[in-house]
Amino acid sequence: MIEAVGLDSGVIDSVLVIVTQLVLAIAVTPLLIGVMRTTRARLEGRVGGGIGQPWRDVAKLLSKEPLRAPGSTPVLTTAPILLVASSLLLCALVPLVSTLALASVPGDLFVVVSVLLLGTVALALLGLESGTAFGGMGSSRHMTIAALVEPTVLLSIYALSVPTGTSALASIVQARKLDPTSLLNPVSLLSIVALVVVVIAETGRLPVDNPSTHLELTMVHEAMILESGGRDLGWLEFGSWLRLTALLGLVVNLAMPWGVAADAAPLGLLVGLVTITAKLLVTGALLAAAEVFMAKLRLFRVPELLAGSFVLAFLSVSASYLVF
Amino acid sequence: MSTGRILRLIARTGRTTEPLDDTADHGLAIRDGFVPPRALHGSAQVRHVDAGSCNGCEIELGAAFGPVYDAERVGVRLVASPRHADVVAVTGVVTQNMAGPLVNTVDAVPHPRVVVSIGDCTRGCGLFAGSYAVAGSVDDFVEVDVHVPGCPPAPEAIVAAFRKVTGR
Repeated sequence: MIEAVGLDSGVIDSVLVIVTQLVLAIAVTPLLIGVMRTTRARLEGRVGGGIGQPWRDVAKLLSKEPLRAPGSTPVLTTAPILLVASSLLLCALVPLVSTLALASVPGDLFVVVSVLLLGTVALALLGLESGTAFGGMGSSRHMTIAALVEPTVLLSIYALSVPTGTSALASIVQARKLDPTSLLNPVSLLSIVALVVVVIAETGRLPVDNPSTHLELTMVHEAMILESGGRDLGWLEFGSWLRLTALLGLVVNLAMPWGVAADAAPLGLLVGLVTITAKLLVTGALLAAAEVFMAKLRLFRVPELLAGSFVLAFLSVSASYLVF
Repeated sequence: MSTGRILRLIARTGRTTEPLDDTADHGLAIRDGFVPPRALHGSAQVRHVDAGSCNGCEIELGAAFGPVYDAERVGVRLVASPRHADVVAVTGVVTQNMAGPLVNTVDAVPHPRVVVSIGDCTRGCGLFAGSYAVAGSVDDFVEVDVHVPGCPPAPEAIVAAFRKVTGR
């Protein structure tokens, strides 16, 4: 039957890996946010909404009919969908569960950064769409941060790709898994630190942006979504959280590539699922715990932080040519 | 504060949240025929509107979301935009200048929505009744679903009012 429609087993394996990763992303993302919020609440001496609260919030938002201002354009409805679609694509392309090289879909570093930028631009357009001062301000800040973040993402992963000789993320993770000594050399450490800083900036966490702020003047991400409600807001929240899962998953798999499957065998996928879930939740809890000790940076200091991470990434690239 | 001092503070403080009291009713006045919307079960976002309050209720509302009373554990969170909200929490008398913005804010909240009025001023204008700056009480402008009496009401009463909406 399968041969009859011209599908070989490689394509089926790829599809299986992609489906597994998407299911993982959709199931684990609200849990990750719940763990992060609960960690923060416990350290602040509060009980918090519980680990299931993000699920309840998103389910409620998706069931509510949005109220759109008269005169709003289709951007208000399409941008949230575009953000979720790009985030899901990101989760499919980044090697979360398995490093099976996807022959038909390139999981290339440049493709991943472009997909990331697609969601960023959708959000920025949404911010401009509302026509309010805060929306435009949020969009301009968001694009400023994106312009500083993208080169660092490219450079830091490029440094890791030099020893492997390929820019496919899956191959980089696979090579690092097979050669554990490469995890602790200066190239790797510098680029992972640079990557962590830019992931924090890109996903709007402290100290770059405060996801729970009520002060419009300090907002970046929140300012762009002020005019979205109901279902639109539900998709926006979920899309932003999925980005966090994908980027955090990429970083932990580059830093600690153990447990990532190399093929689509059921046992390997199961081990991959369990390890990536554990790695994501532990990293999320650590990130949330670190945020308790931080205040938001003044906006004009953010470029300094991101320039610092760019320098680390640049040093990492230079070092990679000296080491290898 | 240094990281070490914050760590010691966290270890020393532990959990400060007080347990929920299910027996007290805090004199909440619930509108006849009010049924908490099914969609808001377990999760409700609150937009706070100060329609002309003396800030007494604001202090208590702030305390309700603080570590001791922790309204977040019943599924309630404060948000920055009425578009994100399910519940509008109104405090104070409605002043001439806030009558329009109050109605607009409630209109900007997607359905199903709930209005919670907090403090004696929102019903009968309290101390400020008869002032030339007062346009009326909250009931005169929007339909109030849950009213929390008190001048100011205790944070427990405010959390109890939110629990009527989320059912947790």
